[in-house]
Amino acid sequence: MKDSNFIIELSHISKSFGDKQVLDDVSLFVKKGEFVTILGPSGCGKTTLLRILAGFGTADEGEIRIDGKDITSVPPHERPVNTVFQRYALFPHLNVYDNIAFGLKLKKVKDDEIELRVRKALKMVGMTDYEWRDVNSLSGGQQQRVAIARAIVNRPQVLLLDEPLAALDLKMRKDMQMELKDMHKTLGITFVYVTHDQEEALTLSDTIVVMSEGKVQQIGTPTDIYNEPANSFVADFIGESNILNGTMVEDRVVSFMGREWECVDEGFGENAPVDVVIRPEDIYIMAKTDSGMLEGTVQSCIFKGVHYEMTVTTPDGYEIMIQDYNAFEVGQQVSMIIKPSDIHVMHKERTCNTFEATMIDSTHVEFLSTQFVCNEQAGITGGEKVEVEVNFDRIELMDNKEDGMLVGDVRFILYKGDHYHLTVRTFDGDNIYVDTHDVWDDRDIVGVKIMPDDIRIKRV
Amino acid sequence: MKKFFAQAYLWFLLAMLYAPILIIAIFSFTEAKVLGNWTGFSTKLYTSLFSGGVHHSLLSAIENTLIIAIVAAALSTILGSIAAVGIHNLYGRKKAVINTLNNIPMLNPDIITGISLFLLFVSLGITQGYATVILAHITFCTPYVVLCVMPRLQQMNPNIYEAALDLGATPWQALRKVIIPEIKPGMISGFILAFTLSIDDFAVTIFTIGTEGLETLSTYIYADARKGGLTPELRPLSTIIFVTVLILLIVINVRSQRAAKRKEATR
Repeated sequence: MKDSNFIIELSHISKSFGDKQVLDDVSLFVKKGEFVTILGPSGCGKTTLLRILAGFGTADEGEIRIDGKDITSVPPHERPVNTVFQRYALFPHLNVYDNIAFGLKLKKVKDDEIELRVRKALKMVGMTDYEWRDVNSLSGGQQQRVAIARAIVNRPQVLLLDEPLAALDLKMRKDMQMELKDMHKTLGITFVYVTHDQEEALTLSDTIVVMSEGKVQQIGTPTDIYNEPANSFVADFIGESNILNGTMVEDRVVSFMGREWECVDEGFGENAPVDVVIRPEDIYIMAKTDSGMLEGTVQSCIFKGVHYEMTVTTPDGYEIMIQDYNAFEVGQQVSMIIKPSDIHVMHKERTCNTFEATMIDSTHVEFLSTQFVCNEQAGITGGEKVEVEVNFDRIELMDNKEDGMLVGDVRFILYKGDHYHLTVRTFDGDNIYVDTHDVWDDRDIVGVKIMPDDIRIKRV
Repeated sequence: MKKFFAQAYLWFLLAMLYAPILIIAIFSFTEAKVLGNWTGFSTKLYTSLFSGGVHHSLLSAIENTLIIAIVAAALSTILGSIAAVGIHNLYGRKKAVINTLNNIPMLNPDIITGISLFLLFVSLGITQGYATVILAHITFCTPYVVLCVMPRLQQMNPNIYEAALDLGATPWQALRKVIIPEIKPGMISGFILAFTLSIDDFAVTIFTIGTEGLETLSTYIYADARKGGLTPELRPLSTIIFVTVLILLIVINVRSQRAAKRKEATR
């Protein structure tokens, strides 16, 4: 059933550039008057999605509706949307007035009405009396205001903003955020805002859409996204967090960091592997007492303005980040308490690597476009399609890429308290997930090695 | 001392470069038939150049040259600008290949361009005359226009075309109202360059001008020189062309300097 309140309906949008899939079955519904932010790291597909909405790019698959009308193949100049670009994109040969009047003149609006609307738009963005200025003589912030005025003067049903504040300095950015929020309230237009800045997203939005690798990871209000992240990616991307491996022992009991904890989550089943997320500000820290739930030693303590940020190691070797108003000295023994409601339990997306593979003969198997030696497989003939499983911690990474059986680069690093969980992307675009104690940097090129004993072969 | 020699060397070079032009300019103000004889100051050569009569063929050669230059420059400016926009929107290998293809005609010796166009027109059975000369001039002028327009496009914010579409302009309106005003300075320099290239071309023109008696300035002077001795009226004519080109050059330089200054000021 479709809600008639939806102004934007994006259904099953997919898009590839060459072999690279940038959008993978993205669906998004936006209510009239909503402030929606599409949030994600660079290269997650958020700008591509916005360009498809504006009509500058076409989707390979999927349907776009605005106000109930199918506009999938409508050219940009006939869409009821206007865009504010990251680099302003003002017309350098026109002055401020003519820039803002550009859209209205094309629509053959009467001159005196154009003048009225341009002045109103300028007032809205706080640029009264700038009409006759050369746009090249304006500062970045002023140019962005003109760009916003140029878009809203057309009274679009939807305003698209592509990282509009990314090129401004911090102070200016904060001011403009507030102004944008006010403008959204007064105009009543639907805003679709693209950013990689999670703080900006939390401040401005009614709804946040978190994207990664061309997929929607989570859609929700800022509080939902912050307090109940859907997976470890969202938890890591929004705010600071401790992400740990755990096991759901039973309903309301989860085990991690070497002990069992009371929590509020249910329905994961018994002994299910899970990710546990705890925000650093949700851990209570105090001088060592007997009533603590966990003990540890302070490793570092940094003053961050409002609070102190401390790392504490537990006797079992887990490292956790804590934010608190009180400082504890490095080396001090401390106790910690975590409330059940502050322990966020999430399904693991996967518990081991799974690859589609083909048997070459009884001791060789091919996957990730590479031939691997495996243990003797009785009864499986060459050419048969099989599934290969490899545990995260059984994949070895090498500095020297010639030493590996295949080569990839490190794409995503997640610290799990006592080890790193890495995503390594091969040159063919396949992902390998690796648990390691070694420190790697983003975009490091690594050799990947898998021993025969660690390759589990399953018939399909 | 070292500085003196450096200066003297520079002035010597400049003198060698400009002496022939200066001598022609000076001797354009005397009546002597042979260059080098000074028979007193006179502007008779200038008046007889424009009064026509005897030198009817020279005047028509000038007229032909100007018409060919204006038409060829205008058409190659249009073609070159469209080509530049097209090349600008290509990516990777394709762009590199087309750019190289654009550069080859500029490096190609004129004589080769002339012969190949001559053979093309002959094999297609096209009667040579006005049209073939203009087509030939467009051929070698267009790459220069592309080269003049390209930097303007590269400096342009890539989003402004999309911004125009976004504000309701059709692709054609966006081109007319946003892209063309942005690349106009490049188009003007391209036009002026094409115009001067067309005026002084000889090698390509002689192969494509045909045998119908059509003459441009360069072919006229060539034929005149072979008949023995240059018509004295060519002296005032060369002077006028030199001064015109000098003024054009100054205009172009002042324009680009002003543009650079304006850019500096906005920073």
